[in-house]
Formats: sequence, structure tokens, C-alpha cells
Amino acid sequence: MDTGQGTAMIDESLTLPRAAEAPPRIDCRNIKVFYGPAQAIHDVSMTFPDRAVTALIGPSGCGKSTFLRCLNRMNDTIENCRVEGEILMDGENINDPDVDPVLLRSRVGMVFQKPNPFPKSIYDNIAYGPRIHGLANGREDLDAIVEKSLRRAGLWEEVKDRLTAPGTSLSGGQQQRLCIARAIAVQPEVILMDEPCSALDPIATARIEELIDELRNRYCIVIVTHSMQQAARVSQRTAFFHLGHVVELGDTNQIFTNPREKRTEDYITGRYG
Amino acid sequence: MSEHIVSAYSEELERLSAEIMKMGGIAEAMIVDATRALSANDLELAKEVVLRDPLVDAIESDAERQIVSLIARRQPMGHDLRMILSAMKISSELERIADLAKNIAKRAQRLDENVNDEMRNAIIRMSKPVSRQLNNVLNAYASASADKAKAVWESDDDIDNHYNSVFREMLTYLVEDPRRITAGAHMLFMAKNLERIGDHCTNIAEFVYYQVIGDYLSELERPKQDQV
Repeated sequence: MDTGQGTAMIDESLTLPRAAEAPPRIDCRNIKVFYGPAQAIHDVSMTFPDRAVTALIGPSGCGKSTFLRCLNRMNDTIENCRVEGEILMDGENINDPDVDPVLLRSRVGMVFQKPNPFPKSIYDNIAYGPRIHGLANGREDLDAIVEKSLRRAGLWEEVKDRLTAPGTSLSGGQQQRLCIARAIAVQPEVILMDEPCSALDPIATARIEELIDELRNRYCIVIVTHSMQQAARVSQRTAFFHLGHVVELGDTNQIFTNPREKRTEDYITGRYG
Repeated sequence: MSEHIVSAYSEELERLSAEIMKMGGIAEAMIVDATRALSANDLELAKEVVLRDPLVDAIESDAERQIVSLIARRQPMGHDLRMILSAMKISSELERIADLAKNIAKRAQRLDENVNDEMRNAIIRMSKPVSRQLNNVLNAYASASADKAKAVWESDDDIDNHYNSVFREMLTYLVEDPRRITAGAHMLFMAKNLERIGDHCTNIAEFVYYQVIGDYLSELERPKQDQV
């Protein structure tokens, strides 16, 4: 058999495990979330594979954002909020008291509904994280990180000549891509997105969706969205949340063409539950 | 199934379904009347059946416009998506069925005096299970019954058997008297048309099953009896 490099590369690509079969990047076991006495999440267990987009959908108040916020301990910042259960990343429970939440959030980046650039220059928005985490050796290294992050976020060409301009001077869609570049800059493993396009017009939305599709090759992405069409477009797996439970989790294609649960069917087809 | 929050959406889906049923009803009547025209040698009725075909074509284009609009404006999901896609496929199957029925009616006008009653009866006998098959699959559609659809799908081999025996029988009449050949050729095409209508009913059954269950019936093995 020809053992030339070309053949070897093809063989390798054939044997690479598919995203869904690879070990999960995040493994959530029996997650319960309480706000004071009220329980928002009931015993949710699910895994998130690497190099795939998982969409969390469901009506307002179903717990999807609360659940997303568990994945980088954003709920720690809410008084009265208590999280039970295990969330394992690389076998380590991220809720262990000796896990530093700041370090965790560099591994698990987050993008919010409303673009929230720091009141600093475009450059400093990206450079801030790598600086405080000591990821850059000197100015040149930092420049390279800023450029690479902006390129990956598809923003470089638009901002390379005005890196010192304030981040807030960009359009909404550009600001959101800036926030994604900021999350990427600290070399995360996971990117959480909480309705990243709900404040954007269709063109800016399409740019973000294109970006999500590219980022999928490197990261585990979890996206909360109110737009079912967006979930259908960008994700490979979809989980339907209702009243703090995961009603159904499955291949996105299956969820949107042939859901198994009646509650999922009613929700995705716009019927009374 | 419960109503959509947007009631106009439910109404649009119902309207589409009604169009399909209307097409189905016309196509079924075309088969029955084309056979009656043949049986009674009623050329007026045969002509009238031919004239119904453009109506079916018009409903098909109308249904297609509704489907394009539903997809563009409603972004259908789940059962709605399957219903709409099935409607698109079923309407084109029904259009084909109407064409084939029209063709039977056309040929019924071309038969000469050499046709005997046995030849007519052979076609009439075969048309009964075929129009019943269409009636059954339309019932399966109207009642959204996967079981009924599957039953139709499984019984197509009866029609294939029927076709094979009509074919053999027709040949014997032609061998007996070569003057029957022109009419006999028309009647062999009639039989073939009926057999094709049976196949279209099977396809419709597959789409009804897909619409209801979300899985493909055609992946199961179906016995094939058509040997010609």
C-alpha cells in the first residue's frame, strides 16, 4: 500500500471519531438549581461534546439560561442561588471549592445577549484577558494574540486600521464579534452564548452564525437561543427545556423534523402547550 | 393535534389539506367515470372526464403556491414540516393519477367495433381494486392513519397480480382475432395505466406514513408482483 503522506492523512481523517462519539467536554450530573426556596432546575443530566454546537431552547423562564450559567459558575454571583450536582470538565468538578472561578471562566468563555465591550480600545478589549492570565510574553506576542483572535472572530479586516478606537464605537454586530474575540483570546475550551444575536439585525446575525460554524471546529459551544430557526441552523444537538427539566435532547435534525416528545412538538411548531 | 398559537397558520395548513383531498376526490371520480365510459361505451362521458384534468392541474399549482408561501413565511417544523412536504409530493402523485385516468378516457373514445365484452370486462374488473386503493389511501390521508397507509402499501401486489392476469388474458383475445389488435393495444395501455395508478397510490401511502410517523416506509421490503 502507498504510505505517502496524502494517504496517511486521508486514513487519519476517516478514523477520527465523530463529534458526538468523542468523550464529552462537559459532563453534567443531576444538576439542581435553587433561587432561595424556589427550584429553577430539576435534576438535569446531560453532556456536551467537543467540537459541536449544542443549542438550549425553551420558553422564557424554562431554566435554559440558568443552566447555561452553571457551566462557568456565573450563578455564584447571584445571592440566594444554590447549585447542586456535579459538573465535570476533564474529570474535575468545577464546583469544587478549590476551583478558581476566574480561571474557570477563562476556560469557559461567555458571550451575552447584549454586546458588552469594556470601555477601552478595541485592542485592549482583546488584550485584557491574556494580560491578566499571563498568556503573552511581551508586546509582540500580545499583538499576535490580538490579531489571531480578531481574525478568528471575523473582525480583523474591519478593525485592523483602528485598533485604538473605543470598542463601543463599533456597530452592534461588530461589538458582538469583538466580545467573541475577547472570549477566544484566553484560549478557552468551551464558549457559552446566551442569546448572542437577539440584539442584532439579520445580516449581523448571519455573520455571527457563520462565525459559530467556524468556531465549532475548535471549541465546545453551548448556545441559548429564543430563535428556533437559529438553533436549527447552527447546532448539531438541541435540548428542549421546560419548567426546569430537559424534556428532550437529541440530534438537531431529529428534534426539528421528528421530535419524540409531544411537549417538544408543541413548542417547535408553535402550539399551545 | 392542538391549534397553533397563530391561528392563521392552522387555517393555512387545513386549507392545504383540503386542496389535497379535493384533488384526490376528482382523480378518484375520473378513474370511476373513465371505466364507466368504457363499460357503457359512453363517448360523451369519456370526453367529459378528459376535460376534468386541467382542473386537477390548476389545484396542483395552487397547492404548490401555498406550500412555497408556507415554507417562506412560517418556517414549518416537526409534524407541520412533514405535512407540508408530504402535501407537495402527494399533490404531484395525484396529478399523475389524474393524467393516467384522462388517458384511459381518451383511449375509450378510440376503440373500434372489434372490441368484445370480455375485453372491456377485463379492464373494468381491474379498475375496481385500483379505485378502491386510491379511496383507501385518501382515507388514510384524511384520518392521518399510518396503519391504513401501511395496509394500502402492502396491498399493491394485488393490483400487480391483476395486471399480470389482464395482460395474459388480453393476449389471448388478440391471438384469436388479429383485427382486435388496435383496440387491444389501447386496452393494454389502459391496464398499464391502472397498474401505474396503483403504484402512485403506494407512493402516496409512503408520504402519509412519513407525515404521521416521521419515518420511511420505503425502507421496509415490499413484495413486487409486477412481472411485465
